Amino acid sequence: MKKYSDLEYLKLPKWKRFFYKIASFFASIPTKLKNLIFKIGRFFKAVFLGIAGEFKDVFTTFVKGDWKTKISYFVMGFGCIARGQIMRGLLFLLFECVFIVYMIFWGGYWLSMLPSLGKVGPKEVYDPIYDTYITEYNDNSFKILLYGVLTLFFIIAFIYTWRVNVRQNKVAEEIIRSGKKLKSAKQDLRSMVDDQFHKTLLALPMLGIIVFTVMPIVFMILVAFTNYDGSHDGFNNNLFTWVGLDNFNTMLSWSTSGSGGSTQSYAATFGEVLAWTLIWAFFATFTNYFLGMFVAMMINKKGIRLKKVWRTILVLTIAIPQFISLLYVSKMFAKNGIVNGFLKDLGWIKESIDFWGSTKLNGLLPRITVIIINIWIGIPYLMLIATGILMNIPADLYESAKIDGASPWKQYTKITLPYMLFITGPYLLTSFIGNMNNFNVIYLLTGGAPTNPAASGAAGSVGYTDLLITWLFKITTGAESQYYFASVIGILVFAVVAVISLIVYSLMPSTRNEEDFQ
Amino acid sequence: MKKENSIQKQHMGMKASQLISNTVIHVLLVIMSVIWLVPFVFILLQSFRTETNETGTMVTWMVDYVIPKKWGFDNYINLWNSGFFRWYFNTFIVALITAALQTIIVLCMSYTLSRFRFKMRKPLMKFMLILGMFPGMLTMIILYRVLKDLGMTQANALPGLVLVYVASSGMGYYVSKGFFDTIPKSLDEAARVDGASRFKVLTKIILPMSKPIVIYTILTAFMGPWGDFVLARYIAFGDTAGYNVAVGMYQWLTLDQINKCYTMFCAGGVVVAIPVALLFIFLQKYYVEGVTGGAVKG
Repeated sequence: MKKYSDLEYLKLPKWKRFFYKIASFFASIPTKLKNLIFKIGRFFKAVFLGIAGEFKDVFTTFVKGDWKTKISYFVMGFGCIARGQIMRGLLFLLFECVFIVYMIFWGGYWLSMLPSLGKVGPKEVYDPIYDTYITEYNDNSFKILLYGVLTLFFIIAFIYTWRVNVRQNKVAEEIIRSGKKLKSAKQDLRSMVDDQFHKTLLALPMLGIIVFTVMPIVFMILVAFTNYDGSHDGFNNNLFTWVGLDNFNTMLSWSTSGSGGSTQSYAATFGEVLAWTLIWAFFATFTNYFLGMFVAMMINKKGIRLKKVWRTILVLTIAIPQFISLLYVSKMFAKNGIVNGFLKDLGWIKESIDFWGSTKLNGLLPRITVIIINIWIGIPYLMLIATGILMNIPADLYESAKIDGASPWKQYTKITLPYMLFITGPYLLTSFIGNMNNFNVIYLLTGGAPTNPAASGAAGSVGYTDLLITWLFKITTGAESQYYFASVIGILVFAVVAVISLIVYSLMPSTRNEEDFQ
Repeated sequence: MKKENSIQKQHMGMKASQLISNTVIHVLLVIMSVIWLVPFVFILLQSFRTETNETGTMVTWMVDYVIPKKWGFDNYINLWNSGFFRWYFNTFIVALITAALQTIIVLCMSYTLSRFRFKMRKPLMKFMLILGMFPGMLTMIILYRVLKDLGMTQANALPGLVLVYVASSGMGYYVSKGFFDTIPKSLDEAARVDGASRFKVLTKIILPMSKPIVIYTILTAFMGPWGDFVLARYIAFGDTAGYNVAVGMYQWLTLDQINKCYTMFCAGGVVVAIPVALLFIFLQKYYVEGVTGGAVKG
């Protein structure tokens, strides 16, 4: 592609400029993607170098350190105690003792079972006293996996603490060498609300995130490589075990043999649901965005009365819990609901319109209805956001545009829209991703219905309005509870979201600096 | 003279077109308001519908009119006699405790990430961004099993629910971090020079200035559990004693119950919606500030 200089560019006729812009955008994609890949490469390189540096540091500290430091490598906190920092030293020592006791009595067992996820399942055992067969429960795969992951986390935490212990010895030696005094326990406590205050503040939230988000996610990622489902629950009926990539193979295979009786393969079903998820997210995001902006502009216009009233009416929709409004609206549009009743009374239709059940054209009618009702749900949020931003656009821009004779449409496309898009770029991305995972609207309105006959045998029986996220939910609550499929879908959702965000972030002109305001 | 006339004419023309466009917009706004309010008005009206059919049972579902033929409070009385107020109480307690704890956690997180500069800050934020890309629903399977082992599901679902709502709430720090970013750092520095500790800076200087964001955080933290369906349904599954209003009322609209419970659902909806709607209208200012700030500062 030929690159123009600024002067050449300005000489071009308008339509050529437009095409030039588009072409240069697409031409820049390969470079940008290349930069992205390099960036990822650099990240891994940095991680690798960082780890190597840690090893080196541990080694040199040992070689150069005094005897107190050397003993600390085996008895954590020894150096601290020997140098008078009793409280710190005892905490290190306590942690080491807890770790060793845990590993001997429990951790070792869980780790040793992790590769097999349990050896002996529940079995019928003859009970001579009562002369019957009773079930004897043995290994518990679920617990093995859970506590195995927990133990791994504990080991990582131990290694990290050990590393901190080593570094503290190094720092303490340096301080003593320079002739200063080490911190007392009292000073330690004071620094927790002062220069180390961030650690105090982050401790509780991070603990919650690690225990209730990170570990469950690690666990569920692992589940995708097992056969954990309703009939292999790991304790009561059958053990579950590692199956490698089998589940991914089934989910992404084009053969209909393993599709649970559906006439189409899992890959086709997954593709359909993914396509609808993306279409839905696109329409849900952009219809709301533009209509919400439009409504905000209407309310903000000079000479419009009762601005506050219009806004409050819209905000009311946000205030009322979605499960009430969505469930009610879904019943309004039901086949024997009030909307059909009105339309019949008016004589506009004879037969009820099946808003939620029509399977014509891959469920086109339910899909459109869902998108339209989502506009009803979404406009108020966008109206609020757009109002805030529109008020910030400098008024003199419009004044000078008017003096130059720009029509309202021109003002919109040349001032309002670019400004809005620039400010809300990141928001558009998050809202797109949020819509991809918009469980409430879909589940409360349709529950995924109408069922897709070609995919009815697939896990969780897929419907035409099902998003990936509602499909996942239906699988886990369904009769067969194929948790491994839910896990596979979750991982694939993550992959899609991650790819979209990475691409959008690297193509976006510039991310704003968070220090701009401070 | 002639020129002046034409300017005046132009002015008049603009005024007329202004008038027309403003009228059109007013009409549009009225139509919109009607569309937005219709479902809520319908719910309110149908909650008072008490007419019976030939067999003497109450007509609830499948009618093509909204204005009740016979008015009465029967639906609200039925509500009282069903398990509804147990659910209502459940929801309220959970929402209240969650709001309190979650606000503390979110503020800790966002304040730290906004004001402190430490080595792990950027990696931490990126890490949480990536964590957020996993569908949260995925973790429910294991959380349910673990809570079940701890005895915090079904009838005893309330502590379990609070735990799950609060534990991961630190990840929703974006909006309040955006707010803290706008408070000038020179304020902190001045106080630090005068010898105040970081803790003092937070409690004596920043918090008093942060009333809007604190209220916004409390409000959203309360609204989350108040309207939550998925998690509550998962954790309290199968035992009505542990339901919250959303899960309890959802089953009233299932196929086998809708004929009996439709108007009761409307009455329940009114009872659930009124307190939050009032709360919302009173605190609207803070909510709007939070939402716009959050979107602008990302």
